[in-house]
Amino acid sequence: MSQGLAILGATSKIAQEVARLAAREGRELLLVARNEERLEAVAGDARSRGASRVECITADLADVSQHEALWKRIEQAMPEMGAVLLAYGTLGDQDLAEDSVAYTLRELNTNFTSAASLLSYAAASLERRKTGVLAVITSVAGDRARRSNYVYGTAKGALTLFVQGLRARLFASGVRVLTIKPGPVDTPMTAHMKKGLLTASPKSVAATIYREMEDGKAEVIYVPAYWRLIMAGIRAIPESVGKKMKF
Amino acid sequence: METKSGGTSIVPHAADAKGDSSYKSWGNYPQATHHRILRPAWMDEITGAVLRENAPLLAYGLGRSYGDSCLNDGGTLMDIRGLDRILNFDAEQGSILCEAGVSLGEILLTTVPRGWFLPVTPGTKIVTLAGAIANDVHGKNHHVEGTIGCHVEQFELVRSTGEQVICSREENPELFAATIGGMGLTGIILWAELRLKKIASAQIEMDTVAFASFEDFIRLSSDEEGAKYEYTVGWVDCLSGRKTRGIFMRGNHAKDGGLRTHPEKIKLSVPFMLPAFTLNPATIWAFNNLYYAKGKAKAGHSQVHYDPFFYPLDKVDDWNRIYGKGGFTQYQCVVPESEVAAFQEILERIARGGQGSFLGVIKKFGSVRSPGMMSFPRPGLTLALDFPFRGAKTLKLFAELDEVVRAAKGALYPAKDPRMSPQMFRLSYPRLAEFRKYVDPTLSSSFWRRVVEEKA
Repeated sequence: MSQGLAILGATSKIAQEVARLAAREGRELLLVARNEERLEAVAGDARSRGASRVECITADLADVSQHEALWKRIEQAMPEMGAVLLAYGTLGDQDLAEDSVAYTLRELNTNFTSAASLLSYAAASLERRKTGVLAVITSVAGDRARRSNYVYGTAKGALTLFVQGLRARLFASGVRVLTIKPGPVDTPMTAHMKKGLLTASPKSVAATIYREMEDGKAEVIYVPAYWRLIMAGIRAIPESVGKKMKF
Repeated sequence: METKSGGTSIVPHAADAKGDSSYKSWGNYPQATHHRILRPAWMDEITGAVLRENAPLLAYGLGRSYGDSCLNDGGTLMDIRGLDRILNFDAEQGSILCEAGVSLGEILLTTVPRGWFLPVTPGTKIVTLAGAIANDVHGKNHHVEGTIGCHVEQFELVRSTGEQVICSREENPELFAATIGGMGLTGIILWAELRLKKIASAQIEMDTVAFASFEDFIRLSSDEEGAKYEYTVGWVDCLSGRKTRGIFMRGNHAKDGGLRTHPEKIKLSVPFMLPAFTLNPATIWAFNNLYYAKGKAKAGHSQVHYDPFFYPLDKVDDWNRIYGKGGFTQYQCVVPESEVAAFQEILERIARGGQGSFLGVIKKFGSVRSPGMMSFPRPGLTLALDFPFRGAKTLKLFAELDEVVRAAKGALYPAKDPRMSPQMFRLSYPRLAEFRKYVDPTLSSSFWRRVVEEKA
């Protein structure tokens, strides 16, 4: 991906670290996020660290009704788009979701529906240009619904399937589609959680993502890689046992 | 991926009812238990967090202060490493504007390839910019450039009233002066702007010379000799008693050699605390002998990269662990040049006590004045000595050294100190009463309570 990189959800911690790596190589960046002030800080950081050009678009990515117009702006701002990284999402609060259907639907919209909408526009763009990388951060949580966070898990699981579908669709046009499944990462999203040995640093996760986007061949990566094994184990738990588990 | 609602990322880092004791100072002595840890990710979260805080609050960066000036026992720590963005780098004019938690190493990674260097750097690049300002750090070029505070253009400070104040030499100059060297007590720094130094190469032209007395050292760092070199520093063998000996290092930025940065990853590390007996008088004696012999053998001219020249210890991650669980401490004082006999006295007392000191670093400070009210460097000679912390024995030795420093009208450095008395602090900082007017009532540290508050 030698051309520009567009990051959707550029103020997420992992996205910021990816932007830094790209900036250091002198890449062009298009950063999209909701909070203008924070986005400006991230853009300043990318410029300072060597990005050849940084464009910002302030937008609420969860607002599906604006996506068509938003994608037009994105294409105008970066006509030479070589790669798209979708990096936004909310962990949400499972208890709140169980108390409120509206909240559940909002979380599903943020983490799945809106992402599917944006990815559809992105896929069409890259398909037309017959080149590029479409990388999407989902989560290990999408590999199996669990008692403690199945709303988040469901959205990420659906997103994983959707991206799998896009991979099949874009294969013919030479566009590479990369599914990224991080385990828990030490970011503001997980600030309230206890950090264990399995909590990865955003810097190392971003380094893996960027390297894979740049010169990797994989279709699906777990970050760190050992999560592939852990999740295989978790998926193998029979339903009759899984339904009794609280984790 | 991240929460969409702005304020949630600062939720207190999960600590159980006993509090959090994972935040330590570089010397691992003393220890502290913090009631709460805040980890803001954005500048816009700070003001609200400061307003909500009712326990004593202190910002914490990379924890390279040796003693307790970066700790806040029983209070709240705000870990500002999340504020790690470089907001603007002007590679034409040579200035950089960074969020508070950006480290000096990260600044170098960005600026060196474009031909700019830190105007002043301490002996480690693993410190945050805000921490460097709060301690008004100095380096091997103090005789030319003064402290880092001399090169700070401006910064923004959050006070516990909720005010956000821009401070510079023109705007709020008193608060600017109080914050430089202000030990984090005047407010939380959000960002700061630093003027940089133009370089043509990342290499340093270095000379090494052996010296055999403090008089020798003074001659080597004299204005005529020292002025030829931007960077000068001496190392003294602390166990040699009357027979002072040491290695003098001096250097200038090279004119060629490329603009390669230091490696981003640290390859070596001390993975766990070594047992306390690793460092004993015999091993320290052996080390000092070896270091002296090596330095003497290498005497002469060489060209070296800035990384080993300025930051030899950064090569080993967590090197402080060689001192074991008991921790270690540093004794750093400054005395007027006319009182150099005090250093001889200090070394003799150390030799007599048999406690050993790994590294004795000596440097002649120049007369460039820092804007900082509480700045440690002042014209004279400074000596910094590392000691394994051995409880009462170490404290007794330090109390003796205090007497020597006091008689020489010297001063001690809070960034290195776990134990100085309120009286020693007062004597070291004549502008203390003025400084106290600018201390924010919500901010405090273990160090501050120790040196200014009356014991109940």
